[in-house]
Parts: sequence; structure tokens; C-alpha cells
Amino acid sequence: MTNIPAEYGLVLAALLFATGLVGVLARRNIIFILLSIEIMLNAAGLAFISAGSRWGQADGQVMFIFILVMAAAEVSVGLAIVLQLFHRLKTVNSDEANTMRG
Amino acid sequence: MMTLFYISAAVALVSSVLAISRSNAVHALLYAIVSLLAVAMTFFILGAPFAAALEVVIYAGAIMVLFVFVVMMISSGPGAVQQERKWMDGRLWIGPSVLTIILVAELLSVMSASDVQMRSGPVVESKQVGITLLGPYMLGVELASLLLTAGLVGAYHIGKHTEKNPQTKDANHD
Repeated sequence: MTNIPAEYGLVLAALLFATGLVGVLARRNIIFILLSIEIMLNAAGLAFISAGSRWGQADGQVMFIFILVMAAAEVSVGLAIVLQLFHRLKTVNSDEANTMRG
Repeated sequence: MMTLFYISAAVALVSSVLAISRSNAVHALLYAIVSLLAVAMTFFILGAPFAAALEVVIYAGAIMVLFVFVVMMISSGPGAVQQERKWMDGRLWIGPSVLTIILVAELLSVMSASDVQMRSGPVVESKQVGITLLGPYMLGVELASLLLTAGLVGAYHIGKHTEKNPQTKDANHD
């Protein structure tokens, strides 16, 4: 069924990862930063799937499941932090949260 | 098969670029969902139907719904799009883009330098994934469940309103 060169999957993963990286670096809205991190994690999963499909083993998909779990935990905590930031500072600009207490 | 791969890869890339460059958060989320669905199509073509289903159900279904909830909760009126556009200065994109293009060129040169013939193998069924997941990776499953519990408790604790907390008295809450 499948005869795709696995390099193509890796190249697509690299390009998607770079897209997410530009988003993390260039945006100021913290929601968009989290969204870009999701794109980057998804690209990492794509790299695992490509490698797993090249060897015909299930390990790539297992690693993708772990990435999925990690992304779910990360996004729940991240969005809670976004809500807390918005309640305290009334903004979603990540540059506003540049002071630490303590 | 090859054509399908090219089409879904192009859709994934274009929608990702659109997702990170929109000034309206809801539009960006919709583009991100399209990107995730296109990547799920890529998984299917690469012979990983179980991962494709998980991508649709969990990423595009559950995680993006969380984003939509948060965007709905903190949507700040019609001025938000103008403000977002003001934050996205054109020159702001130059530095990150140049750095990332250097990184991509490096990655692509590394990949093209290897002369290993890489063809994707047969379809890996979900039964095989399950056997591997609950066999050699059992410890990883336990750690993942621990991580999910920590995420649940952490999200509950951070998301709680701490209005009576004296630490927030100087924050300008209403």
C-alpha cells in the first residue's frame, strides 16, 4: 500500500517544526505561542511516525502516543496559566509578564 | 499514493503558516485544525492508521476544543484584532524567519547527505501497536498516567481563582 520515501515525511516534519518555531519566536499573544508549540510537537510526532513506518515497527506509533499524552498535559497546564495571566494582568501579551516575585 | 502525500503535505504546511500568521485567534485555530487533519492524512498514507485516528480524535478533537474554550473565555471585544495586528509588526518576523531558515537548510542538508535508501514499510496495525505499548513500554505507560495526573492536578490548582490571595492585591483586578 505504502511506498512513500520516509525522507519525505522527515522533510515535512522539519518544515512543520520550523513553522511552529517561527510562530513561537515571532508572536506575542501567548495563545498563539501555545498553538505554535502544538504544531512543533505534532511535527515531532510526524518524525517518529515516519521513522517507525520506515522500519515497519510499532515503536514509532508508541512514541507518538507518548507525545500525544505529553501534549495534552502540557496544553491543560499551559491554558490554565493563560487564564491566570489574563485574570491578573488583563492582557494576553506575553511581554507584560516579565517580572518575577520573590 | 505519492500524489495524496504531496497534497496533504502542502495543505499541512500552508495551513500551519496561515495558523501562525492570523490576527484573529479563532481563524488561527480553524487553520490549525486543518493542519492537524492534513497531518493525520499523512500518517494514514505512511501506514499508521491508529496514529491517524488518535491524531483526529485527541489533537483535532480534544486539544483544539480546549483552545476554543480559552479563546471564548478571554475574548476581549472587537479591538482585539486591531491590537493583535499592531503587535505583529512586519519587521518582527525577519529575525526568527532567518534563523529558522538556517535551521531548516541544515536539517535538509543532513537528510539529503545520507545515502540510505528509505522506503516506508508495510502498514503497522493497531494490534501490533497495542502489544508493543503494553509489553516493552509498560513503564512508559505508567509514567504517562502519572504525567496526566500531574497535569490534571496542576491545571486545577493553577486555574483556581485566587481572589482572596494577598499576592494578587496589587494586580488591577476588578
